[in-house]
Amino acid sequence: MIRFTALPVLAVLSVLVVPAVAGANPGRDAILAELSAQAKDQASGFAGFDAGRGDVLFRHRHTGGKPATPACTSCHGPSPIQAGETRAGKVIDPLAVSRTPERYSDPEKVAKWFRRNCNSVLGRECTAREKGDFITFMTSQ
Amino acid sequence: MRTTLFALGTAVLVAAAAPVLADRPLPPITNDAVSKECGECHMAYQPQFLPRASWRKMMDTLPDHFGEDASLDPVTAGNIRRYLEDNAAHTKGNSWARKYTRARANGAPLLRISDTRHWRHEHDELPKEAWSDPRVRSKARCDACHIGAKAGDYEEDNVRVPGPNNTWINWDD
Ligand code: HEC
Ligand code: HEC
Ligand code: HEC
Repeated sequence: MIRFTALPVLAVLSVLVVPAVAGANPGRDAILAELSAQAKDQASGFAGFDAGRGDVLFRHRHTGGKPATPACTSCHGPSPIQAGETRAGKVIDPLAVSRTPERYSDPEKVAKWFRRNCNSVLGRECTAREKGDFITFMTSQ
Repeated sequence: MRTTLFALGTAVLVAAAAPVLADRPLPPITNDAVSKECGECHMAYQPQFLPRASWRKMMDTLPDHFGEDASLDPVTAGNIRRYLEDNAAHTKGNSWARKYTRARANGAPLLRISDTRHWRHEHDELPKEAWSDPRVRSKARCDACHIGAKAGDYEEDNVRVPGPNNTWINWDD
């Protein structure tokens, strides 16, 4: 009996422990968990975030947004591990978590810039899945 | 007698120094939200460079700010709007600021400091190449040339322009 109850407890513990061991950031994990819950609500077939889709979102030249900013790379530059530059000439630190570790950990900052930049580039809000894919991609870089 | 003279002398000194202190440099921005939120994509411009009507229009149009979405939550936007309006061109006795009170074209408030008549006048001696240089590229990048711009220092002895072979030339040389 004892052995059967101990197993699920261990499973839960390892789930909790693994991200900490991998050096994950609690603020970022909370943001991703929230986006994941929203993505499930928005689409019934949601099966987790995907770095590859985030890569495409980052690089693709979109239509529907503002003419001066067709892509995320218009300001962030072609490589997530390198710095970008705003249209007014200010340096933007790299988006990759490996280069700028504090990225995607402040929920207000993340919400503000997704709102602005998705509107500028895509002409609409990004979906929860798109945001999660994007952060997942940047965390893998 | 000596104390009266001393007091008088001090008063004269203070009176002579006061306009200088009030004029140059422009006072630093003392509102954290303005420094942070209006300094993310470019330096935070001193509110003294545009009149109230311009700041009002700017804050009304943040979702389409020079071709970008720069929108803010309503509480932060309200706080910033108040500071910009309270310190706009004609509100303080700063003699630089007073020059920027007329900022309209065809009756509409100008949104660019660099479109105001006084700004254009101050910069009309600069060669065209100064603006197209990759290190400047935009008139909005005051801090490329005015090294002390963020602190409100636009003095002529602290400004440089791009020169050949990636060098900078001090303007007063
Ligand atoms: C017009 C320029 C511009 C474009 C285009 C742009 N960004 Fe940004 N982005 C910025 C700036 C400026 C910041 C804030 C500076 C910083 O965080 O270093 C930022 C920050 C962000 C952040 C916040 C990161 C954090 O630290 O939490 C996210 C997320 C983001 N951008 C996503 C995107 C996405 C997705 C796109 C394309 C759909 C995009 N951006 C396109 C300029 C831009
Ligand atoms: C998302 C990026 C972004 C944010 C945030 C932002 N701006 Fe701008 N701003 C721009 C861009 C882009 C330009 C045009 C730059 C150019 O022409 O090179 C600009 C230009 C300006 C100019 C005109 C400069 C000139 O040419 O004289 C003013 C004034 C200005 N912004 C004020 C503000 C204020 C006030 C705030 C805060 C409420 C703010 N900006 C926040 C992107 C931004
Ligand atoms: C390409 C370099 C360059 C850029 C960019 C630039 N300036 Fe200037 N600015 C100068 C030079 C050079 C002078 C001195 C001109 C003269 O006195 O003949 C000057 C003069 C001034 C003066 C008058 C100073 C005085 O002593 O009376 C002010 C104020 C000023 N600039 C503000 C700005 C602001 C605000 C911006 C951004 C919106 C800006 N400048 C962008 C080069 C530049």
